[in-house]
Amino acid sequence: MTMLRIVKGLALTASLAAAGLFLARPAAAADSIRIAVAGPITGSYAQFGAQLSKGAKLAVQHVNARGGILGKSVELVPGDDACDPKQARAVANYLANQGVAAVIGHFCSSSTLPASEVYAEEGVLQITPASTNPAVTERGIATLFRVCGRDDQQGGSAARYIAERSEASRVAVIHDKTTYGQGLADETRKALAARGKTEVLYEGISIGDKDFSALVSKMKAQGVDFIYFGGLHAEAALLLRQARDQGLAAPFMSGDGIVDKAFADIAGPAADGVLMTFQSDPRKLPGAQALVAEFRDQEQYDPEGYTLLSYAALQVLAAAMDGAGSTDAGKVSAFMKAHPFETVLGTLHFDAKGDLSASPYVIYRWQGGTYAELPE
Amino acid sequence: MLYFVQQLANGITLGSIYALIAIGYTLVYGILGMINFAHGEIYMIGAYLGIITIGLAAVFGISSTPVALFLALLVAVVVTAAYGWTMERIAYRPLRRAPRLSPLISAIGMSLFFQNAVQLAQGAKDLALPPLLPGGFVFLADSRLPIQVSYVQAILVAVTVTVMAGLGLFIRLTRTGMAMRALEQDQVMAALLGVDVDRTIGQTFILGSALAALAGVLVSLHYGLVNFSIGFLAGIKAFTAAVLGGIGSVPGAMLGGVFLGLIEAMTSAYLSTELKDVFSFGILALVLIVRPTGILGRPHMEKV
Repeated sequence: MTMLRIVKGLALTASLAAAGLFLARPAAAADSIRIAVAGPITGSYAQFGAQLSKGAKLAVQHVNARGGILGKSVELVPGDDACDPKQARAVANYLANQGVAAVIGHFCSSSTLPASEVYAEEGVLQITPASTNPAVTERGIATLFRVCGRDDQQGGSAARYIAERSEASRVAVIHDKTTYGQGLADETRKALAARGKTEVLYEGISIGDKDFSALVSKMKAQGVDFIYFGGLHAEAALLLRQARDQGLAAPFMSGDGIVDKAFADIAGPAADGVLMTFQSDPRKLPGAQALVAEFRDQEQYDPEGYTLLSYAALQVLAAAMDGAGSTDAGKVSAFMKAHPFETVLGTLHFDAKGDLSASPYVIYRWQGGTYAELPE
Repeated sequence: MLYFVQQLANGITLGSIYALIAIGYTLVYGILGMINFAHGEIYMIGAYLGIITIGLAAVFGISSTPVALFLALLVAVVVTAAYGWTMERIAYRPLRRAPRLSPLISAIGMSLFFQNAVQLAQGAKDLALPPLLPGGFVFLADSRLPIQVSYVQAILVAVTVTVMAGLGLFIRLTRTGMAMRALEQDQVMAALLGVDVDRTIGQTFILGSALAALAGVLVSLHYGLVNFSIGFLAGIKAFTAAVLGGIGSVPGAMLGGVFLGLIEAMTSAYLSTELKDVFSFGILALVLIVRPTGILGRPHMEKV
């Protein structure tokens, strides 16, 4: 009899809890438009998540100061995927349930690819400032855009540099086995092959690996005189540091995955001379000067890397929603493909796939803990 | 040949790290018959304490590298040993007489607890340590492939060998070591003969944690990068090394660690870096098929 009473109590408690869960789902506030910013807020790549968040936050402040979108204030909702594809899908479902009208993000291509399938199903517009894998916009998702370039373009820039401006004859191509890292390395490798150069070593490491001494010794033994790395800053910095420790002086080049000052913090003096491909430095554009100054004054933050791309993504969303007179993903997407947008990055045009019509990559060189464009 | 020697040096360095961490698994297993899955996190805490202490030393104007390193080691070892003791006291001692599965699950719980506690306390970003001891030895500098061994690598191997020797002496010659060996053989009989079981087990955790902290500081010195999740991967590798060498055997842990490091280095060297984990765990499986108790393990004789 006691047991029965206990079981009944538990059942009642469970029922109340379940009801509470349903009641807890927030009704979308009728007077605000919710836009999410999704990226790695925790984990090894939290620096990049911070870039996306800072850019979007300031953009929201400015949009709201000018009266919001369609007369409504904008509310920013964070989503943390830790650059994990499974977590990205969970985050996408969560954000869709939160009723967001659009998502700025994700950061890693390996997160954007699975998450975008959820957004496409749920009718959520997505614009990524940072996912550069070509496959992102090659799957016919009409509501998916990016304000960054593509890795086939980025790989092409790297290959051009290696073939024309360096004296490298024995190139090693290393990647981190992720969608982004391996994708970029493969595009570079492909572009090198098109220019008649074949790599002497092609290897994959794992995210989270720390010891690359065996790989470095292997590169030395094969007489490698140029290292190209596709991946993110933590592994790139460790690989570079260990290469220099072993006396391997070959030039080191990587892509936009190392565009964060943490790269130089980890690599130390070894970072000097490292080459990097990235879009033209947004901070140098004339239209960005006031914004850069505001970041530095207001937040003591230098808007490096993707910060201004995230800001521009929100500028585009705000202008497109106002222009389309709606937050409906289909209508806003159609408007985005039909009109140019004035942003901190200059005038942006989107093609039918959602890519930028023009997106030049340039070569940077790291020195003294920061990076600067190489003269052409 | 020189290439082989260089890869040998690389493998031994990596193996030394695994060995230092593996000792903790093997000590605890030897005495309690339990795998302490939180041990990897103890190592992670040691690495954090090392970097934080070096940072604080710089803030307080200690510009001598050897002094800063010594302080880092001291702080990391003492504080982490305290963590280890506390963990045993809170999460394992109350389960002393529970079925074997209970402390195992408690260990996994402690692992997750430590990871999240450090993430919340220190933030999710990586902590970076610039190179403190740049440079190294170069042998056969005139040859096409000089053999490079950095100072930190040399320190790592030297410390590991020294500590292993010291540990061997400690276990064989001291009263505490004798108590540990007695507990390993028969806990009930040891208690009857006057061994303070709880105290000795606590000391075992202190010892294992101190060694893990040592590994943590040396790793932060060597690689210069830590975050809250490094304990998981290193813990798995060290556990593998302990099993490979014979879980419960202290020399086995060292042998297993070095062996694992060499497998990884040689696989990277002669096959592919991508295959190193495949080979590591494949060889583990093979060794255990041939010798279920590991290289230096001995079958446990059940007294009837």
